[in-house]
Amino acid sequence: MDFLQFNPETDYKLLLAVPLIPVLGYVLQIFFGKQLKRGDILLTAGMFTSMCIALLMFAKALNAAYAGEVFLHESVKEWGGWGWLYQSEPGVNLVAGIFYDPLGAAMLAVVTVVSFCVHLFSTGYMHGDCRYRIFFANISLFTFAMLGLVLSDNLLFLFIFWELMGLMSYLLIGHFSHDAKSGFRGWATWASQKAFMTTRVGDVCLLVGMLMFHQHFETFQFTELWSAAAETVAANGGQYPAWMTVAGLFVFGGTIGKSAQFPLHIWLPDAMAGPTPVSAMIHAATMVAAGVFLLGRTYPLMSPMALEVITVVGATTALFAATIGLTSWDLKAVLAYSTISQLGFMVTAVGLGSVTAGMFHMTTHAFFKACLFLSAGSVIHGCHHEQDMRLMGGLRKKMPITFICMFVCTLAIAGIPLFSGFYSKDKIIMAGFERVLDHDHFSGAALYGLVALAIAAALTAFYMFRLIFLTFFGEYRGDQQEHRYSGMLDEHGRGGHIVYHDHDDHDDHGGNAHVPHESPKNITIPLMVLAFLGVFGGHFWLASSDPLANHSKPWFATMVSESTLYGDEISGWLSPEPHGHEALEHLEHLEHTAHLSAVGTSLTVALLGVFGAWLLYYRRRDIPAKVVAAVGPLYPLVANKYYIDELVTRYVIRPTLALCRALKWVDEKVVDGVVLGVGRLNRTAATVHAWFDGMFVDGLVNGVGHLTQAFGSIVRLIQTGRIQQYLSFAVAGSILLAAWLILS
Amino acid sequence: MPLEAYVAVSAALFVIGIACMLSRRNVLYVLMGIEMILNAANINFVAFNRFSGDGLDGRMFAIFVIILAAAEAAVALAILLNVYHLFRSVKPSDADLLRE
Repeated sequence: MDFLQFNPETDYKLLLAVPLIPVLGYVLQIFFGKQLKRGDILLTAGMFTSMCIALLMFAKALNAAYAGEVFLHESVKEWGGWGWLYQSEPGVNLVAGIFYDPLGAAMLAVVTVVSFCVHLFSTGYMHGDCRYRIFFANISLFTFAMLGLVLSDNLLFLFIFWELMGLMSYLLIGHFSHDAKSGFRGWATWASQKAFMTTRVGDVCLLVGMLMFHQHFETFQFTELWSAAAETVAANGGQYPAWMTVAGLFVFGGTIGKSAQFPLHIWLPDAMAGPTPVSAMIHAATMVAAGVFLLGRTYPLMSPMALEVITVVGATTALFAATIGLTSWDLKAVLAYSTISQLGFMVTAVGLGSVTAGMFHMTTHAFFKACLFLSAGSVIHGCHHEQDMRLMGGLRKKMPITFICMFVCTLAIAGIPLFSGFYSKDKIIMAGFERVLDHDHFSGAALYGLVALAIAAALTAFYMFRLIFLTFFGEYRGDQQEHRYSGMLDEHGRGGHIVYHDHDDHDDHGGNAHVPHESPKNITIPLMVLAFLGVFGGHFWLASSDPLANHSKPWFATMVSESTLYGDEISGWLSPEPHGHEALEHLEHLEHTAHLSAVGTSLTVALLGVFGAWLLYYRRRDIPAKVVAAVGPLYPLVANKYYIDELVTRYVIRPTLALCRALKWVDEKVVDGVVLGVGRLNRTAATVHAWFDGMFVDGLVNGVGHLTQAFGSIVRLIQTGRIQQYLSFAVAGSILLAAWLILS
Repeated sequence: MPLEAYVAVSAALFVIGIACMLSRRNVLYVLMGIEMILNAANINFVAFNRFSGDGLDGRMFAIFVIILAAAEAAVALAILLNVYHLFRSVKPSDADLLRE
């Protein structure tokens, strides 16, 4: 099919339009928002256009992948770029271009789809918000930043968009901080600052790592960096130089910050202080995905040692965030910790050497997590901004569409076969098995990663089904807290409890505002779209008769592999093909064993988790309390998120503030003291000088004047003005002169 | 007549002139004193020329001095008129504005 061939002449322009449409929308909404009556619809339509273009381009990539063609497009080589700090001689040449490869194609499609769904969802969810207009503008620019990041062909522009995203997350998390009516006001302000400052730590690391690579390789272009890395390692006798490990870890520091890995994960749970659509954006398509995407782009630069660190950090994050997810009662907090845990999965996958699996999980996760968050938003919307799961329950009948969407995506995230999450998680676990079972590549970190991921996968299934059982099954418990509600209403009036919007459909309930209700269409349609993708995003299993068969690879695996990501040359260097019959047989055997073990493990842990949740939160509700009592101090430890926030407050924030105060003291007392001292000294010296000036210099000048005056007053005595007197003087003088002449 | 007689007349004329200048209260007399002093000088010029031999230098000088005296008298009388106009007096002691 001709129209599915990549055509550099037109397609780069189309690709350029994908990020430019949201940014145009942003400009219109910010500057002409008051004139535009329906700016929200306009921006959503713009996002829809963007999505259509991205999907068309994605179809081209997919077509090329199934045809077995190479699909690696750099606009700098094929079409043109945008020079920045450009000079004709080699040196600091920075040319930005579009880099469109299968991973970029998948990511672009995911981001636009999720962003469109979030836009559509927001038209319903955020309606009536006092900063509705600015919210839409910001969310568009947020999308633009992520799209730009995905299309960047060099690290520097990736970093610029990366920072823009940091800014937008700050603005969006802090959305309610300008809303005087909002109960989230203080929290939103604090959370936005926390998110910004925490990710900043990672951003600085990324900048350092990026500059280290630039110093050695003198380029920011991804493709050039990869080949430079290959050459450097080859020149170094197959060993990675130590500086590459350090620089790689610095780059990974960026991922730790942005993708909320331990120990910089603390911002993500608080990021839910923003509106729910923003949470969906941050947790699914943008922001946290950027960190993992960065790992995908820089994977060839990572030395084995750096990869081991990545594995350990990722696996630790996955496991420990999952345990926190077990104890949280807040609907959105459970999802937030599940995001951190799932990001840990992706990072571990990259660390285990399987970039493809990590990126695949990022893609599937984007769909089901966006759906989960938007569903949670729908539930919260339906329950009138109640987020505590203890006050929900039995919503299955009251919100059927939301329930189905959320349930389907829970199946996906839990790793139930046939749902998208299963395929990607299975790939990650398989990558772990490949490393552990192979004696040549075995490492302790890989074993730790595998075990931690298996446990985390079981916990994921458990807490997600706990969420489902608590929220949708059983009896509705919201009215049990009636006294609490009425207390609040009495105190604050009707608008007091309803956090930020006060819109018309509350009246639909005939005065009883506390009964949960299904959300309007513009909220449920995005849910259905995302739920559909949550089911089929991993594998188009309806098209295949045998979905578990090995030969029908998931679409993502067909499209994205190491050779399509980095080109044949680099991928050949990264994972050399085995030579000889025996080695090939060994590899096949290994893959087969790993595949079977992975399927077995993921199935077991997923079912175990689901069964556990069913038993504890549906069948025997008395057990959780007993468990809590049995584990003793462990429960408060986990429920308080391992006190990491407290530790950070005590050991990072307070010392920083103390240092600030100490510096302020030094500044005020020492630096200001020196400056003031110099001033005083100057003043004293000036006083002395003024005295000297008045006394001596002026005295001298005045003295000359006085002397002249005195002399003049003597001399003027003989100046009588009478001519005859003068004449007599002259005569007398003459006579004296004559006498002197005669007598001498 | 010896030279001394001429010089004696000249000296007498000079002294009379000086005395006239210093003592008179009227500017006109002061001017006359000046004329006498100039003529004393003229007598000297002519006398020394007569007793020193050839040439007419001394006599020429005398003629120049007479011309000068005429010019001087013209200027001095003009100034005198103005002084009188300004001070309503011809006493030299009254014209003492420059003293201040």
